[in-house]
Amino acid sequence: MKRTLSIVALAMLVALALVSCAPKGPAEIVIGGVGPVSGEAATFGKSTQEGCELAVEEWNAKGGVLGQQIKLVYEDDKGDAAEGAAVWTKLIQQDKVVAIVGTVMSKVSLAGAPISEQYGVPMISPTSTNPSVTFADGKLREFVFRACFIDPFQGTVGAKFAFDDLGARKAAAIFDVGNDYTKGLSEFFRDTFIALGGEIVAFEAHATGATDFKAQLTKIVQAKPDVVYISDYYNDVALIAKQLRELGFTGPLVGGDGWDSPDLVKLGGEAVENGFFTNHYSKDDTRPEVQDFVKKYTAKFGAAPDALATLAYDAMNIMLDAISRAGSTEGVKIRDALKATDFAAVSGRTMFDEQHNPVKAAAIIEIKGGQQVYRTTVAP
Amino acid sequence: MGSIFNLQQVVNGLQLGSIYALIALGYTMVYGIVRLINFAHGDFFMIGAYAAYGAFFLFNAVLGGSGLPMAGIALVLAMAASGGVALLTNRLAYKPLRYKPKLSSLITAIGVSMLIEYLFSAIPFIGPSFRAFPDILPSRPIQIGPNATISTHALIDIGVAAVLMIGLTVLVRHTALGKAMRAVSQDKDAAKLMGIDVEKVIAWTFLIGGSFAGAAGLLAGMTYPRIFPFMGILPGLKAFIAAVLGGIGNIPGAVLGAYIMGVAETFATAYNSLLGEGIAFAILIVVLLVRPRGILGEKSADKI
Repeated sequence: MKRTLSIVALAMLVALALVSCAPKGPAEIVIGGVGPVSGEAATFGKSTQEGCELAVEEWNAKGGVLGQQIKLVYEDDKGDAAEGAAVWTKLIQQDKVVAIVGTVMSKVSLAGAPISEQYGVPMISPTSTNPSVTFADGKLREFVFRACFIDPFQGTVGAKFAFDDLGARKAAAIFDVGNDYTKGLSEFFRDTFIALGGEIVAFEAHATGATDFKAQLTKIVQAKPDVVYISDYYNDVALIAKQLRELGFTGPLVGGDGWDSPDLVKLGGEAVENGFFTNHYSKDDTRPEVQDFVKKYTAKFGAAPDALATLAYDAMNIMLDAISRAGSTEGVKIRDALKATDFAAVSGRTMFDEQHNPVKAAAIIEIKGGQQVYRTTVAP
Repeated sequence: MGSIFNLQQVVNGLQLGSIYALIALGYTMVYGIVRLINFAHGDFFMIGAYAAYGAFFLFNAVLGGSGLPMAGIALVLAMAASGGVALLTNRLAYKPLRYKPKLSSLITAIGVSMLIEYLFSAIPFIGPSFRAFPDILPSRPIQIGPNATISTHALIDIGVAAVLMIGLTVLVRHTALGKAMRAVSQDKDAAKLMGIDVEKVIAWTFLIGGSFAGAAGLLAGMTYPRIFPFMGILPGLKAFIAAVLGGIGNIPGAVLGAYIMGVAETFATAYNSLLGEGIAFAILIVVLLVRPRGILGEKSADKI
């Protein structure tokens, strides 16, 4: 028994030696990609993978990065945190990736982020919005970045749009007190609107699941705001809009990406006209970066890119740009280059703030004639 | 303070109170006759909303989607559907338990409520998600003061509630059925001895109470155009509290309680938007502590 064991051990040692002595292939830089290609969010994973592939293909056609070709190793996290942690470890230890672009869901990115941090391998999540992905327990994760803006940021952009584009000077806001997303949006809206020199004439909460908002809305309407900020999800937005119109408010309504559903118009009808909401990107944006990307993506994959594909494409480009500026594949150097990012991405010119969240423009979508129409892009 | 206690908020409160009142009537009638708190009553309200929704799709092609004829048919169908289900619930679930301990009926009522809710969620063409209620009668605001408007929906809500409540009062005061109802509510056994068909009276009570909840369902669907299978829980609870506040078993009391609730909730929400939701339950606690029989309730020992 002992002998067999030692033979096996010897064989393994030899195999290991052979592997490490194996002649190196053509020099290439390995980048990891992670997304939920199967499972409940499979379309998200597929879009993300396609965005990454397109970006890598373009860089390789231009000669790669640091004079070497880029190899993308794309892994499926199945939308599962444990799977995500396993995939992260595999990419870093086995595939020796220099950086990772992933993943979609916050809960999975939260499993991957500590591993990236531990090994010093920089990562960018294209779409995880949970603030603690990059900044947890009052501590910054040095190697973790994201390509999408976090939720509250939309409140800031909404306030800017209301103040600058709509010319509003008095605003009111209503939000769901049981939901951090809507509460955060409204608070950021309020703070930014006041900082810009505007006045908040009413700031009202409502209970989760409420259907009658008239008491709060009467207060809002009688305070005579120029604009009402509604940070709720689409089905509450529709009810609130209807009741606001019934109470005689005709001014513009502004909200966040929780509005982004075809049901908004179905439920709200005419009441949501003259409504505007912030979103990550609009494929109808006329900027050449956007139109160029939409054309290339559609030609390659046969369908227009969604927000996920776009953000993954941006994340990969930001990462490769950082590696090229770092002049090295060393984790610390890539990280420092990432911190100094100033990149003209499809979803807008991107820089990172001190918590590694992107500072970039948001698209404003208008509800017009029952359709979502691209209105403008607002930089923070 | 001006934006809290003013005409507009009173209108808001009355509109909310009208819907509570229609639901509370069913609670109080059933309690008055069979001493049962029918927790499935809020679900009859939900069924009314879905029946009106269905009526819209059945008659859309013929009647062109909106207008008074459409609203009339939707109202009739909503009342019929909810009344029918209430009748059926009585026949299948409550009647076999009529002379069993009260707790059995109460628990059965909770079971029936859950059965209806989850059954509706499971039926594929209803499903658990929100549905957009069609705009049967488009609403527009009417200026009634320098700072107040009343929407046509609010007028309809208050109007339909008023007409139905007057009809019910006439029925209870001036018809043979009404007399029988009053007799049964006073003493079931004595009524039986006088030759009153008690089960028939109970069945009528469920039918009427259920159909009122159905009407409230249509009104709520029009006013708050988002319906889903669990929409009856909260209004049902609040209407129950309104009935307790007014004196459960007492018909004018239920209406009074409902309007007090609607206005109190509106004022409380306007004063502080976080208070509003809790005010109904605060009222319940105060009533139970200070005047357990409610504002207009008769003295009676046993309440569940």
